[in-house]
Amino acid sequence: MIVAEQKDLPDLKRMLKGKKKVLAVGCGTCVSVCFAGGQTETSGLAAELSTAASVDGESLDVEVKTVQRQCVQEFIEPLSDDLKDYDAILSLGCGVGVQTLAQRYPDTRVFPGLDTQFMGQPVEPGVWEERCVGCGNCVLEYTGGLCPITRCPKQLFNGPCGGSEGGMCEVDLSMPCVWSNIWGNAENLDLTDTLMEIRPPQDWSTSRSGGLRRTVVRDDLHQPSAVSTKDTEAGGLVEETPKPESPEDAFLREIGII
Amino acid sequence: MGQALEKPCVEELKSGSNLERVLASGQFAVTGELGPPRSMNLELINRKIGYLKGFVDAANLTDNQTGIVRLSSIATSILCHQGGLEPVMQMTCRDRNRLAMQSDLLGANIHGVKNLLCLSGDHQSFGDHPGTKNVYDIDSMQLIRMVSEMRDKNQFQNGVEIKGGGPKMFIGAAASPFSSPVEMRPLRLAKKVLAGADFIQTQMIFDMEKFKIYMRRIVDMGLHEKVSVLAGVGPLKSAPMARFLHEKIPGIEVPSHLIERMENAVKDIDKEDKEARKTAGQAEGVKICIEQIQKAKEIEGVAGVHIMAIEWEAAIEGIVKGAGLLPRPVL
Repeated sequence: MIVAEQKDLPDLKRMLKGKKKVLAVGCGTCVSVCFAGGQTETSGLAAELSTAASVDGESLDVEVKTVQRQCVQEFIEPLSDDLKDYDAILSLGCGVGVQTLAQRYPDTRVFPGLDTQFMGQPVEPGVWEERCVGCGNCVLEYTGGLCPITRCPKQLFNGPCGGSEGGMCEVDLSMPCVWSNIWGNAENLDLTDTLMEIRPPQDWSTSRSGGLRRTVVRDDLHQPSAVSTKDTEAGGLVEETPKPESPEDAFLREIGII
Repeated sequence: MGQALEKPCVEELKSGSNLERVLASGQFAVTGELGPPRSMNLELINRKIGYLKGFVDAANLTDNQTGIVRLSSIATSILCHQGGLEPVMQMTCRDRNRLAMQSDLLGANIHGVKNLLCLSGDHQSFGDHPGTKNVYDIDSMQLIRMVSEMRDKNQFQNGVEIKGGGPKMFIGAAASPFSSPVEMRPLRLAKKVLAGADFIQTQMIFDMEKFKIYMRRIVDMGLHEKVSVLAGVGPLKSAPMARFLHEKIPGIEVPSHLIERMENAVKDIDKEDKEARKTAGQAEGVKICIEQIQKAKEIEGVAGVHIMAIEWEAAIEGIVKGAGLLPRPVL
């Protein structure tokens, strides 16, 4: 799940300065589970913001609506009805939710009410920990199901480094050294030989280094016309015939770039 | 040294560096550490070069150690080379991606830098720019492999040929024998050898008895025949420093009897006489360091020592001389 936490009140007051009527939009999925942006938290924050404004001698009306999934356009569609009555939207969704709103309602300023933190899991009541950075090139096969990219501050592929002390990480002594744990369980999983192999450099092109990632997971469900209004002819899928090499490509090939 | 030396055949050398020659000749090697300043103080660098030149076979130039911005290890390595002190350029994976690393390796080698120590690097949270973004495109193991392939296969990390040949580096790696999990540390060293390490410099060792156990394992695995292990040592300055290293630095263990010796060295000196306490503490620290070197020399599989006199390069001469390791071989 996606884990987030509310921004500080002074920060939110600064963002909303001068606004009279704001729509706070909560989300009923991940951020509801981590008690950051569900119905209860959104209502609480709305009241807090209005009160804070009154204390400052200002007037701020914050109304609350919570949608089930702020990251999916269909779920935020009902908001369109009376949006013109508001000066701004305060989203209590994750960063995806904020952007879904901003994209759907380009004429309304959308402010983030949360700091989106990571993909993680609850490890004890009130505590969530990161488990996946979404690198697009999963290595859990080689590490006994523990992710070193997420859990090692140096993202080592062939750890541990010398900063492991009593099984904990020197960067934060309350944090277990993931490579200590990986090696600690290696015998159980018959993983020692795998760990003795040198993991080659990671291909980061599937990570954020490659820019905006866009994956069609299910070709059978993909309907280009539903996503884009362009290329409607032939369903947007035009079979390309191989083109002859352009003079530019020939030049690039000559100097060894392609 | 006066004894007949067998000169290694140049053709068989991987880099031709002085450090490689000393180790190839079977002599006990001595390396030191030179910390580049947090400035462009050339006079200070030249002074530090003077402290080490002639007393070590090569000097490590640290790379923004502890995550603090300092004069570049590459630039300082080149200054050392020009000043007649052979550099071991340190390179961390924290600050550079594979493009920058390879480009810097070509650049350093063309300026005469022939030794490289490959490190993960101290985490930036310990340094003076804790909000920076670390790189870690590759890790130290992958760096060792990359440099060895640049040298031995003349190819970049992507497999493309380096026209005219790759940088000829003598490749070093670090080992921290007492960091956890202790039982896998020899395996980690084996992995670094597999990746292409030619020499190892260890974390600072104070407990030589415990280090013996580690080295026994290294010898049993036959690793000492494939890689030259230089035991890391360093002079203590005071009892508080000894306690700090013991308590705060992972992988450094200072036995209590050594901390006691550092305390006893100053116990009869007036607390107000700071200068006298400092001098007495440092003298005891140098004495202990010399004893450690002598012990390390007796341990099977130890090919040399790496002396880390942190911000105290002037201590190197006395330590090397006291340990009976002068003059250094000229090969």
